[in-house]
Amino acid sequence: MGDQLHFVQLEMMVAALGLCVLLGDLFLPMTARRALGWIAAGALGLVFLLSFRESYTGLANGEAFGGIFRLDELALFFKRFFLLAGIFVLVFAVDFAERLRGGVSEYLAFILFALSGMMFAASANDFSLLFVSIELITVTFYILVSFQRHRMQSLEAGVKYLILGAVSSAFLVYGIALVFGEAGSLKFDDLRDAHAELLESNVFLFGMLFVFAGLAFKISAFPFQVWAPDVYQGAPTPTTTFLAVGSKAAGFVLLIRLFGSVVPELTAQWTGLLIAVAALTILYGNLCALPQRNLKRLLAYSGIANAGYLLMGIVAQSGEGTAAILYYLAGYLFTLVAAFMIIHLVTREGEGEDIARIAGLSQRSPCLAFALVLCAVSLAGIPPLAGFFGKFLLVKSVAAEAFGNAGYFALLAVAVFGVVVSIYYYFGIIRAMYWPGETPDESPVAVAWPTRVALGLCVAAILYLGLLPDKPMNWANTAANIEKRSSAEAADPRR
Amino acid sequence: MDWLLIIVLLPLFAAAAVGFVPGSQRRAIRGITIGASGLSLLCALIAFCSFEVGGGLQFETKWIWVESLGLHFHLAADGINIGIILMGAIVAFSAACCADDITHRVKEFHVLLNLMIGGILGAFASMDLFFFYFFHELALVPTFIMIGVWGRGANRNYATYKITLYLSFGALLALVGLIGVYVQAGAKSFSIPELIATVQATPIDEAAQQWIFPLLMFGFGILVSLWPFHTWAPLGYGAAPTATAMLHAGVLKKFGLYGLIRVAIPMAPAGAQSWLGVLAWLALANLLYCGLVAVRQKDLNQLIGNSSVAHMGFIFLGIASLNVIGLTGAVLVMIAHGLLAALAFGLSGHLYRQTGSLEMGRMGGLLRQMPLAGSALLMALLAGCGLPGFANFAGEVTVFFAAWAAGLKTVTVIAAWSALVIGGLYMMRAIRAILHGPLGGDWAKAADLRPLIATALGLLLAALLVFGFAPGLLAKRIEGDVEKIVRLAKPSQPQATEATGR
Repeated sequence: MGDQLHFVQLEMMVAALGLCVLLGDLFLPMTARRALGWIAAGALGLVFLLSFRESYTGLANGEAFGGIFRLDELALFFKRFFLLAGIFVLVFAVDFAERLRGGVSEYLAFILFALSGMMFAASANDFSLLFVSIELITVTFYILVSFQRHRMQSLEAGVKYLILGAVSSAFLVYGIALVFGEAGSLKFDDLRDAHAELLESNVFLFGMLFVFAGLAFKISAFPFQVWAPDVYQGAPTPTTTFLAVGSKAAGFVLLIRLFGSVVPELTAQWTGLLIAVAALTILYGNLCALPQRNLKRLLAYSGIANAGYLLMGIVAQSGEGTAAILYYLAGYLFTLVAAFMIIHLVTREGEGEDIARIAGLSQRSPCLAFALVLCAVSLAGIPPLAGFFGKFLLVKSVAAEAFGNAGYFALLAVAVFGVVVSIYYYFGIIRAMYWPGETPDESPVAVAWPTRVALGLCVAAILYLGLLPDKPMNWANTAANIEKRSSAEAADPRR
Repeated sequence: MDWLLIIVLLPLFAAAAVGFVPGSQRRAIRGITIGASGLSLLCALIAFCSFEVGGGLQFETKWIWVESLGLHFHLAADGINIGIILMGAIVAFSAACCADDITHRVKEFHVLLNLMIGGILGAFASMDLFFFYFFHELALVPTFIMIGVWGRGANRNYATYKITLYLSFGALLALVGLIGVYVQAGAKSFSIPELIATVQATPIDEAAQQWIFPLLMFGFGILVSLWPFHTWAPLGYGAAPTATAMLHAGVLKKFGLYGLIRVAIPMAPAGAQSWLGVLAWLALANLLYCGLVAVRQKDLNQLIGNSSVAHMGFIFLGIASLNVIGLTGAVLVMIAHGLLAALAFGLSGHLYRQTGSLEMGRMGGLLRQMPLAGSALLMALLAGCGLPGFANFAGEVTVFFAAWAAGLKTVTVIAAWSALVIGGLYMMRAIRAILHGPLGGDWAKAADLRPLIATALGLLLAALLVFGFAPGLLAKRIEGDVEKIVRLAKPSQPQATEATGR
């Protein structure tokens, strides 16, 4: 047992940190609560560094607790991803604290609990751990979403998320029950061996379909996307960020593990379904984003569209597809954190996030405006930024499989159409900031230095991932288990 | 010497340098921009003169960028792009000189201008598919922002959105085609020479070529305003600031044509065989339809914009004839038209500054009022209808020979007719309306070109004349490398068409 705890050391540390924050709240004076957030962020940074220790990475490709918990390169990549997201969200939350009106340390603690849930999800190798970690994430998010109790919108968002989240959990658990009924085991390892024979069984197929629906809710894929716009808009902005980045990535790590490596033959059989879901998600997100005036709502719809693009990596059913998802998610993390932070900073005074409120930002705070331009351009997938390289890899992974399957071509066409549509509304953001027009406020936006550092890091990362993709590409390939180019070349000659 | 690297990096460094200069230092910003593009031009001239005919790829720079994907930062020149790079550098320098009509947010404009110049020169110098596309986008995005923020006219917003969406769509179509080439060739490399070598040994599956080529043809075609996807061009150029219009119409637009010659035809020759016939007819539509539209224009910028779209027809026709003289002629027209479009938009920009209007009905007698600008405009318009002595004539006549030789006889006859008659019609009418006759009402106070702009535009005019009287300077560089491409595309019938063409 003692050995096995080594596997979950990072998760334990994060959960313990959450408890410490709650305890610290009891002993610290009101004024020191902000410092608590920075200490927690610093501690997460330490945990992040600890994840690179030899004694921890040496455990890679091992399993614990009877195969329930799997620590491989993919899990490591996502754990680090979630930790980074957690650090940024904590820094963000401290900046946001005054708008929460009380309960700051609880807010921070719940972020940490959700984070530990995501990190468990990265290692889930069994339906029970999958369900528990998803619930840990979802339940904490019910609270995080409705944290601004004085705002009707936040409460409304919380209720919506609660009801639809409960429905999706029902889907998930019902699906798991059906799969268990047919396969006789909850373990992914058993399922991997058995699933080829189960493909004839309708009960098993229904079960997997329900599991997919439950996960599709997490990543806000069509037709399970209806909650996203309202919840994104109503939730406190740090929650929105964490929801958009962390919760979505958790859904994807489970999809990759389950549909990529556990039941590949089922995925192959469902290629048509997956293509349809990806294409409709891209279309729905992009087309609905067009008329939006609220920035958070706009990013919610763009988040739906991005879920569609990410699904292309699942559709490709190859290591390259997985690597592309990882690369895209990494770029998405930094882009969204920076975008939401800037939206929060600019709309700090007053209510609402209407696009008119960033008018004239180029005059008020040129640096913030420039950073938001980088985010919009990167999200639109224009070189030389992170988003372009991610989309490029996703399209490439689908194109590599495309020959001989008309559905893949349709998906590529939809993706291209979606990108053109998205350029229209991302361009609207740039336009609002730079075009001459009415400026509501002339004073520069004040930014605290930790936020400034976080923003600087995000911008640097967006540029780094776009301009020097060699190293990050290797990390993504390692996580997705792709061998180096030389050996791949020998193994895979011309088709 | 890695001349190309210097040529591409100078403007990019200038962009960074301008970023650090305070916005109030207008002279410093202008100085850095003009200096960088001037040095780039000097290097391009040295590279052009020291280029060794038939020497393969020269002035190479090759760095590994992403090993696992086979991506390289690879700059090199052969006979096809060396002339285009020189033309791009000349236009870039002139555009930088003409950019002093920008009065607000000068610093931001010049950062974008330098980025655009760097992107343009990089796109034509790249020998790696990825960077080829990357640099093009690097130049394209500033274009959109420049038109949106510094553009002119009531239609500015509409024009910005239209040009952004059209060009992004074209670029994305081409990107899917390029990825298709990479995936289907199976070379595990984005390097164009390596891909060509692979494809030469084992061609891409014919069925795949049948979808790759149209993707590239229409993707690149939209970028070059191929009929019927051309409507963004006159509108966009009408709304763009002078320097942006010069650079885009002059150089950046040629990227699509260059891509057809450099990538589409060598990689998917079988696809090209079945689609180039379509391209020839679309090229004819460019020449005829857009020429007729140009006749009806009342605004000088719209006239230049439409005639520039019409001229793309010659280049498409040259490419569609797919023989050595055809492709040589296409590259010649690309270079000539680049110089000409930049000259015309530079002059129209100068005229616009005088009265804020380019309506030809209210102009007149400007040849006497502003002798320098007037005579330059006269020459530009004459070059536009293909007067011998200007580079355009040399290119266009070559294209006609090629199209005739390739068996596109009907197309050639109609094209020649439309080029001479329709082109002559609108250009002559423009000359009469603008330069001759009594002085137009608002133009009494109009000033002539200042020395800096006169130098810049004079340079363009000089280049047009030099290449017009000695087209061999370009042709002897282009021919050898074009021949390789034709041999790739039509291995079965070596040089037969060429012989009849001459």
